[in-house]
Formats: sequence, C-alpha cells, structure tokens
Amino acid sequence: MSSQPEPDGKLLEVEHLKLHFPIRDGIIFDRQVASVHAVDDVTFDLIEGETLGLVGESGCGKTTLSRALMRLLEPTDGTVRFRGKDVTHAGHKQLEPVRRDMQMVFQDPYASLNPRKRISQIIGLPLRLHGAPRDSIENRVRELLEKVGLHPEHLNRYPHEFSGGQRQRIGVARALALEPRLIVLDEPVSALDVSVQAQIINLLDDLQDEFKLTYLFVAHDLSVVRHVSDRIAVMYLGKLMEVSPAEELYTKPIHPYTGALLAAIPIPDPRENRRRERIVVGGEPPNPINPPSGCVFHPRCPRATDICRTVEPPLARYPSGHLAACHHPMNVTEDEIRAAERDETSPHGCGDELPKDSLETVSLPGSAGAS
Amino acid sequence: MPEPLLSVRDLEVSFATDEGVVQAVDGVSFDIGQGEILAVVGESGSGKSVSAMTLMGLTRSPNARFSGSAMYKGEDLISASDERLQDVRGAEIAMIFQDPMSSLNPVQKIGAQIVEQIQAHEALPDAQARERVVELLERVGIPRARERIDSYPFEFSGGMRQRVMIALALSCDPNVLIADEPTTALDVTIQAQILQRIRSLRDETGAAVILVTHDLGVVADIADRVAVMYAGRIVEQGSLDDIFYDPQHPYTWGLLGSITRVDKPRPARLPAIAGLPPSLADRPEGCHFRPRCPHEFAKCTEVPPLEARVEGGQHLDRCWLTVEQKRSDREVLPGEIGLRSKEGAPA
Ligand SMILES: Nc1ncnc2c1ncn2[C@@H]1O[C@H](COP(=O)(O)OP(=O)(O)OP(=O)(O)O)[C@@H](O)[C@H]1O
Ligand SMILES: Nc1ncnc2c1ncn2[C@@H]1O[C@H](COP(=O)(O)OP(=O)(O)OP(=O)(O)O)[C@@H](O)[C@H]1O
Ligand code: SF4
Ligand SMILES: [Mg+2]
Ligand SMILES: [Mg+2]
Repeated sequence: MSSQPEPDGKLLEVEHLKLHFPIRDGIIFDRQVASVHAVDDVTFDLIEGETLGLVGESGCGKTTLSRALMRLLEPTDGTVRFRGKDVTHAGHKQLEPVRRDMQMVFQDPYASLNPRKRISQIIGLPLRLHGAPRDSIENRVRELLEKVGLHPEHLNRYPHEFSGGQRQRIGVARALALEPRLIVLDEPVSALDVSVQAQIINLLDDLQDEFKLTYLFVAHDLSVVRHVSDRIAVMYLGKLMEVSPAEELYTKPIHPYTGALLAAIPIPDPRENRRRERIVVGGEPPNPINPPSGCVFHPRCPRATDICRTVEPPLARYPSGHLAACHHPMNVTEDEIRAAERDETSPHGCGDELPKDSLETVSLPGSAGAS
Repeated sequence: MPEPLLSVRDLEVSFATDEGVVQAVDGVSFDIGQGEILAVVGESGSGKSVSAMTLMGLTRSPNARFSGSAMYKGEDLISASDERLQDVRGAEIAMIFQDPMSSLNPVQKIGAQIVEQIQAHEALPDAQARERVVELLERVGIPRARERIDSYPFEFSGGMRQRVMIALALSCDPNVLIADEPTTALDVTIQAQILQRIRSLRDETGAAVILVTHDLGVVADIADRVAVMYAGRIVEQGSLDDIFYDPQHPYTWGLLGSITRVDKPRPARLPAIAGLPPSLADRPEGCHFRPRCPHEFAKCTEVPPLEARVEGGQHLDRCWLTVEQKRSDREVLPGEIGLRSKEGAPA
C-alpha cells in the first residue's frame, strides 16, 4: 500500500471542489463564451470503510464529481486529498502510486470497454499493468467473472457480444481486480434485474466487510442507495443540498428537493401505486450554464420566498449530524432549528443566516416511517 | 383481444461463438395490440435486447441465425429486406436503445444527429429541423436546448444522452415504440415525466409500446401486461395484476422476492435467487430454471410449453407444477411473494 490512512480515518477529503467546462464559440474555436457549472463548490470527506451514496437530478454533476475525484478530470478550483496527500493537480507520474488504490466503475459500460479486446484481456489489463505474473492473472480473472455471475465461456468474447447488464458486471469485475481501497461506482447496477443486482450488492458488502473498502455509490435507484449507504448526499445543479445518515434521509428529508425526489419513487406494487397520489416537481429544469441566484432550487421550490431568491443558504448542521442547505427546512422541530449551526463545509459565498422558521412538517406519501 | 398490431411467433436467435452456439432467444411468442403497453422483464442476459433488436433487423450479423416471424400490418419483419426495414425503422417502429453511446455518433454534434434523422423521413429545411430539435429536447427536460445542441455526446451526462435517444425515437410519432431500459440513467422525477410522455404518445396516437425494464416500480406504474423472460424464453406472461399478485413461475417468485422497497424495513442482506443462470451454449434439458428451482421434479426435464394453466386463458406460464401447487408452494411473506432457497445451493 502506498501510504497509511490518516489517523482520523479520512481516506478522501474534498474541499470546495469546482469543475467548470468551458463552452466555446462554434465558429471562432478558441473563444470561451460561457461555462457549464457542473460541480460548484462541493466539500465532503470519505471515511475509510464507509459508503457514501450520491443521488440527484440527471445532469446535476455526479459523474463529473466522480471523475474529478478519480483525477480523470482536473478540477477548476478546490482541493482533493487522498490519504492526506494533495492530488488536485498531480500529474501522471505523481498519481501513479495512488492509481491502484482508487478504481471506478463507469456509468456507460459500453463506452468504457475497449471494443477490440476480449473480456479476459479487459479484466486482466489492470493486473498486467501492475506486474502480476501471467498464470495468476488467468485464475484471478476467472475468479472475478464468477463472482459477478458470469461464466468461463464468456472469457473470450468481445464487449458487443454481451447484454447491457453483463457489460456492467464486467466493469465491476475490472474495478475489483486490483483490490483497491476506494471504489467510485457510477450507476453500477442500473442495468441489472433485481436478483442479480442483489447478488452484486451483497458481493460489494462482503468485500467491504473483509477489506474495509470505501465506496462512493452513485445511483438513481433510491432503494438501492438506502440499502448500501451509511450516509447519503443529495446533489442539485452542481451543489450539495443535503447530507444525511442513510436511514434518516427517508424518514426525515429536510431539503424540499429531497422531498420531491422521495415523492416521485414509483412503488413496485401496482395497487399501492394506483392508490398513491404522486407530486412531481414542476417548473423548468435548471440551466447549469447560468445557475439561478440564491438557492439554486428556488425556481422550482414550492416553499421559496424572497430570501431564497437572493441569498444562497449555508449547509446547516442539525443535532443528528444531518446537513441541509435550505432557508425553509422540512421536518425539523423548533428545538432542532435553534440548535442548528452553520457547517464548515458550506460553500464560499453563501449567506451566514441559518433558518429561522420551521414551516409545517410535511409528510411524504410512500416514504418510510413518515406519518 | 382486437387484432394485434405486432404478432411475434417462435422467434429464435442464436450466435456462433468460439465456445459454441449461443441460443440467445429460444422460441419467443407474443402479441401486442394498439394502445397497449407491454413490459418485458427478466434476468440480465435472458434475451430481451436481442429479441427487440431482431424485430428491428439489427442483429443481422454473419454469425447470427434466426427463425420465426414478426407480423406487422401483414408484413413479416424477420424476413423483410434490409431496405424495407430501414424505411420501417424510425418512421413506423422506433427504438430507444439500452446503450445510448452505442447508437450515438461520438464525433458528431447532437443537434446535427437528430436533424439528420428527422430529415431522413421528412423533407424539412435545416433551420426548421433545428427548431424542431430544440423543441424535442426541451420536451424531454433538457433546458435551454438551443445553447446545448452543438454539444458532442460526451459533453452530455448519461441521463441527458438517454433523453436524446428518447427524443429521437419520439420525433416521428411511431406506431410501435420499443423502449429498451429507457430510464436507467434518469432520476425518479425526470423518469416520471418521461413515462408520462410515453403514456401520452399511447393515448394520443394509439401507439403500442414494448418497454424492457428492470425497474419493477416502473412496471407497476405504466404496464398493462407483463412478459417475464429467463434464459431465452418467456416463462410467464399476463396482466399486470396477474404477475404481481398471482405469479405462476418460480423464477417470477424469485424476482418479486428480490425487490427492495424504501417504504419497508431494510433487510440486513438483500434476498437473491441462489445460483447462476445457465450457460446459453450448454443449456439444461427441459425447464431452463430447473437447476435453481427448489420445486423441481421428474417432469421438469421436459420443456414446459408456454400455455394458459390458470383459469381465464390470458395468463400463460411455463412451469409443470399444478396451479394449486404453485399457489401453496410460493412463499408468501407478509405482503410479499418469494422463492424458498434451494437446499444446499449457496445463498
Ligand atoms: N466534457 C464535458 N464538456 C462539457 N460539459 C460537460 C462535460 N461533461 C459533462 N458536462 C455537463 O456537466 C453537467 C453535469 O454532467 P454529469 O455527467 O456530471 O451529470 P450526472 O449528474 O452524472 O447526470 P446523469 O445522472 O444524467 O448521469 C451536464 O450539464 C453536462 O452536460
Ligand atoms: N453477438 C453476440 N454473440 C454472442 N452472444 C451474444 C451476442 N449478443 C448477445 N449475446 C448473448 O445473448 C444473451 C442475450 O442478450 P441480451 O442482450 O438480449 O440480454 P438482455 O436480456 O437484454 O440482458 P440485460 O438485461 O443485461 O440487458 C446474453 O447472454 C448475451 O451474452
Ligand atoms: S418447471 Fe419445474 S424447474 Fe421449472 S420452474 Fe417449474 S417447478 Fe421449477
Ligand atoms: Mg452520470
Ligand atoms: Mg438488454
């Protein structure tokens, strides 16, 4: 292993991370006319052995954040530290010692597998690059394939000869090959039926127990995220809206965007689904080129007031350790509001004002425990 | 049932590989009528995408073999010429592909790709076609599309690419929409909007929709009928309520038993069907689910036909157990249906 974890157990520290993509003028190629604020001042830590779930609207910056942490993209601003070592702008050479400890499962399995290589070569490549002996590679590849539910007969096939879910599992097997410390999983089970999905998640659980692996788990399936995560971060338009102990996010969502997400989960039971009235957030989805002022969710938020349009809310830390960036939080008591503190992970440039009012507690149809 | 719009019979697809012949689709038959939404669910690798792509003529490679028929408006799609299928594709039958990156050109701007597609079926001047593209993209939730249409696919998020595919498929008001995992990269709120668009396509134009999905919440939300696939075969087919509340095939029990729900207590370990699906190059004799089935008996080495065993005639399955046995053998936990694990099999 390259270096020891920090004494406080922080494997990864992310501070005020920004990643903006330039938008260039189509005609005069070099002129930058605007930028996409894909990740806009995000701060969090990953503690060794934990799973942080990351959820949020399609296009809100989850993949970009993941790629920036893996240093597949160079951050525009902010810092990324892996085991205490600043890797924000590290070059290829400096990254080499940490590479094997950080692996990623990519969201688009088809695009991430070399179409001209057989599966045995694809999964064996990281092992070969790190100098594993030839015969041990073959055994290891077979073992990995079996772990993700594929057959030895698949070894010599090319990526296009697999189903979507089989390709996804090849991506998982490849990430596991080197026994990394941190795995960033970007939608690792979205193409799997619920039974195979359960097998893969149980496998990830076992590996975590055995080797104290750390996961960042990005997914849209909120029941899967609930199952795997210790904490869950909710992202919207490049920013963190809420960071919560996993179970509490479902029983006590504080940010209205989280409330809207939970209310839109379809229930896999036709009768209950028909009975339920679903509220879907209205309004135009946000534009990351020119984000709204104040709270980025305000144009679509049913609770928005003047302050929401002008002042960006800080991340307030409530007594249970639950963070939320909202001027008008849901599901918190007067006492909890009085006890709330401005969290040091709040973005630069947000206001200092903590929420004052607790509007009525909103109970969410279909969400666990909320009654 | 009224005259089906698309009628698939005994579809078989196999691929020659180094390791032998892979039988990806093994006798798939189903009908779909106007205005109907048929959900296709099942094991990863069970032949859902290959079946769908074969209807569109997209698995015609030198190592592939087909048989069977797919009658659409009196014409067989399986034996139709490539030229004919090219006309049908996109104009009458549209498909949303499971892997957006495999069907978008990575080096062409997104707007230009959709313009091209629209102009292939309709003589529209460029400026108007571009306007149409902006409108289509905004309708699938891509804001300020005018500022984004000159992006390349890699500059879009996974879910945005998926929505580009959806916009493309909906651009010509198809009679049949084949949507292969159309919402896997979408958050639940955008997913709800997309499902609403699919529903309104059906309501307004009477389109038939074949929706391949792993998300049983989506199925519960939108499907009229459900087909369950396992190892190349449809093992059960019935109305939405038949499948969820009176499932007949042990694989379906296992699938339903593996669902996790946010409104139920979190289990320490997720339930899964023990064992692996069979090798498609060396399939078990008889029922393909036999090696994993806790209820298997002597008869199961013969292939069970897909037929109505339950009263009513519309609910079909491929399992030799009697209906009474099925109803008493499936494990009914409080409010749930599951499969007992097979003795000795790894959990
Ligand atoms: N290489 C790039 N160049 C320009 N813009 C980009 C690039 N990559 C991503 N973006 C933009 O950044 C924003 C965030 O994209 P990202 O892929 O991180 O979203 P996401 O949260 O992963 O979404 P999804 O859930 O749909 O996968 C989007 O608006 C996207 O268009
Ligand atoms: N070109 C090919 N050559 C050999 N085998 C193939 C080829 N294409 C698909 N297969 C195999 O055929 C089977 C069916 O694949 P298909 O893509 O239809 O699965 P699926 O049901 O869509 O699965 P998923 O839910 O994972 O997408 C798989 O086991 C796959 O490995
Ligand atoms: S036919 Fe036999 S093996 Fe197959 S599912 Fe039914 S009982 Fe199980
Ligand atoms: Mg993404
Ligand atoms: Mg598929």
